[in-house]
Amino acid sequence: MTGFTGFALRRALGALVTLLAISAIIYVIFYATPGNVAQITCGPRCSPAQVHQVAEQLRLDDPLFLRYWHFLQGIVVGQDYSTGTSVEHCSAPCLGLSYRSDQQVTQLILSKLPVSLSLVAGAMVLWLLLGVGTGVLSAWRRGRFTERALTGITLAGMATPVFVIGLVLMIVVCGQWELLPFPQYVAFSEDPEQWAWNLLLPWLTLALGEAAFFARMTRAAVLETLAEDHIRTFRAYGVGERAIVARHALRGALAPVIALNANDFGAAVGGAVLTETLFGLPGIGQELVHAVDVVDLPVVVGMVLVIGFFVVLANAVADVLYAVADRRVVLS
Amino acid sequence: MSEALLASEASGTGPAQHAPALLAASGARRFWRRLRTQRAALVAGGVVALLVLVALAAPLLTALEGQDPTTYHPSLVDSARGGVPIGPLGGISGEHWLGVEPQTGRDLFARLVHGARVSLGVALAATVVQVAIGVLVGVAAGLGNRWLDQVLSRITDIIIAMPLMIMALALLAVVPDDFPRPVLVALVIGFVAWGGIAKIARAQTLTLKQLDHVAAARLSGWGTWRVARRELLPGLAAPVLTYAALMVPNNIAIEAALSFLGVGVRPPTPSWGEMLTSANVWYAAAPQYLLLPAAALFVTVLALTVLGDGVRTALDPRAASRLRVGTGRRREKRAAKASPAGGEAATATRTGDGSGSPREDDAVRETGTGDGSGSPREDDAVREIRTDDGPREPRELRKPGKGDAE
Repeated sequence: MTGFTGFALRRALGALVTLLAISAIIYVIFYATPGNVAQITCGPRCSPAQVHQVAEQLRLDDPLFLRYWHFLQGIVVGQDYSTGTSVEHCSAPCLGLSYRSDQQVTQLILSKLPVSLSLVAGAMVLWLLLGVGTGVLSAWRRGRFTERALTGITLAGMATPVFVIGLVLMIVVCGQWELLPFPQYVAFSEDPEQWAWNLLLPWLTLALGEAAFFARMTRAAVLETLAEDHIRTFRAYGVGERAIVARHALRGALAPVIALNANDFGAAVGGAVLTETLFGLPGIGQELVHAVDVVDLPVVVGMVLVIGFFVVLANAVADVLYAVADRRVVLS
Repeated sequence: MSEALLASEASGTGPAQHAPALLAASGARRFWRRLRTQRAALVAGGVVALLVLVALAAPLLTALEGQDPTTYHPSLVDSARGGVPIGPLGGISGEHWLGVEPQTGRDLFARLVHGARVSLGVALAATVVQVAIGVLVGVAAGLGNRWLDQVLSRITDIIIAMPLMIMALALLAVVPDDFPRPVLVALVIGFVAWGGIAKIARAQTLTLKQLDHVAAARLSGWGTWRVARRELLPGLAAPVLTYAALMVPNNIAIEAALSFLGVGVRPPTPSWGEMLTSANVWYAAAPQYLLLPAAALFVTVLALTVLGDGVRTALDPRAASRLRVGTGRRREKRAAKASPAGGEAATATRTGDGSGSPREDDAVRETGTGDGSGSPREDDAVREIRTDDGPREPRELRKPGKGDAE
C-alpha cells in the first residue's frame, strides 16, 4: 500500500507544480504584453488618473517576478487594495480586482461556479452512460447492422460542433415542438425539479458530442480486450457472448475509459463555455467570454486559473483512479 | 502535403539507404494503395477536394454570381419586420442564389464560399503551426540530454493540461485589434494545441534512435541537426501525419467555435461560425441562414474526420488486425460478390495468411479491408517505421481533442 500512497502523493505534487507553471505562464502572457498594461487593464475609457492608480495597484514599477510573487501571495494570504478613498480587503484566495465591475474576482467566480458545475457534472453523467453503453453495444453487435448504424451515428455526432447541436436542439425542442421552455437557470437549492428541467437541454447539448467520442473509444477498448488470451479462455469454458462482452471485456476496457474521461475534461469545459453562451446560462464560461470581450484582464486571468485548477485536479484524480483500476501502473 | 512528406521519405539518402525500413521507394504509392481500398475515405477525400476547390475559387464563384460577401443590400430586407429578407425562401433569386442575410441583406452564397476560405485556411495554417512546433519540441526532447528532455516534456504536459478553448479565448483578449484576425486565430490555435504532436514526435524519436541507421549516422559524425532532418524526419512522417490529419477537422471546429463566440474571426470577414451567431433568431423567417453554415461545418468536419481515419488506417499496419475482428462474414460475402474466385480469395483474406498471389491481392483490395495483408513484406516494413505509442497507455489514447473545439 505504501507504493500506492506514494504514487498518489507524487501525483498530487505533480499537479501542484503543473498548476504553478500554468499560473506563471498565464501571468507572464497577460501582464508582460507589450504596450501600456495599466491602460489595457483599466480599459479604453479610463482617465489618466485612473490609469495611474491601476499602475500603482499592479506595482508596475516592480520587476515582473516580484509582481507575480505578489499575485501568488494574494492567492494564499489575501491582499489589500486601495480604491482611492478607501482600502478594500481581498481575503485569502484573492485573484485580484475587476476594473470593469469593481468586483473581487474571487467573489465573481464563486457566484458563477454553481451554474457551471451543475452543467458539467450532469452532462458528464449523461455522456458516460450514453457513450459507454453505445460503445459496449456496438462491440457486442460487431459486424452486424447495429454496429454499422451506431458507427455512423457516432461519427456524425463527433463531426457536429457543440453549438450546432445546441442550436438545432433549441430550435426543434423549444421552438417547434414546444416540449421544453427555453432554458433559464434555476438554482438547485431553490427548486431541484425546475433545476433539472431547465438544464436538460444544455446537458444533452454538451453530452451528445462527448458521448459519441466515448462510444468510439469504448468500442475500440472493448474490441482490444476481446482479443486477449483470458477472453479466449472464457470462451473455451463456454461463457456466453453477452456475458463476455458486458462483464469481462468491459472490465478490461474501463480503465482506459476512466483515464480518457479526465484527459477529456478540459475539452468538455471548452464545450461548456459554448453551451452556456448559447443558452444564456450565467456560468463561468459566459462570464469569461464577456470578460474577453471587454478586455477585463484580472477576470480573464482568474477564470483561466480556476478552470485550469479543475482540469489539473480531474487529471490527477483520474490518474489515481486508473492506478486503482490497474495496479500495474504503480509499478512502472 | 501528405504525398510530399511521404515522397521525402522515399528520397532519403545517406545511411538511410542501408535501412530497409526507410528504403520505402514506393512510400507514397503504398500509402495511396492502402488509402484507395477504403471507399469511405475516398468519398471523403473527394468532398474535401471539392471544398478546397470552392475555397480557392471563391472570388471566381462570386464573380460568376455577380455579388460579393460584404456589400449591404438594404432594399432586399424588410426593415419594418426587423430586417427579414424580402421574397420567398429568404430572398432566393437569380441574383442571390442562396438568398440574403437578414438585417444586412448581404449575399449568402458569397458569404458561404468565402467562409470556406477562412475556415479551411485558418485550420490548415493552425495545423502547420502545430506540426512545426510539435515536431521541433518532440525531436529536441527525444534527441537532447536528460535535462532538456525533462524540461521539454514537462512543458508539453502543461500545454496538454491547459484547456485549449479557454487558453485560445484568453489569448485573443490581449492581442491588439489591428492584428489581422484570421492570421491571429490560426496562430493562437497553433500555439495552444501542439502538445499531442510533440508527445508523439518524442516517442517516435526515442524509438528511431535505437535503430541502426540513426546510430550509424551519429557515429559517422553527422551533426544533430542533420541526423534529425535526414534520418528522423522520414520516420516521423507516418505518425505525425496521422495525428495532423485528425487535427485539421478539430481546428476547423475550434475556429468556428471562437468565431461563434464573437472572439475569433470578426465581421465583416465571413466565417461559418460567425454566421451562426445570430442564426437562431432568424430560423423561422430565413431557415437557410441557419442551415447553410451549419451544414457546411458538418460536412467539412465529417469529411475531414473520415479522411483522417482513412489516412490513419493506411499508415498503421496494426489497424488491419484490429479492424478484422469479427467482421469476417460480411467481408466474405462481399468478396464472393466482388470476384469470381470469391470463395478462395475471401478465405485468404480472412485468415490473413498472406500467401500473396496477385489475384488474391486484388480481391483484398476490392473487398475494402484496407489492410494490405496480401503482402507480409510490406507490413513488416511499415511496422518498423511506426512502432510508437502503446495504445494501452492512457495519455496516448487522447484524441487530438475534438472536444477541445466545442
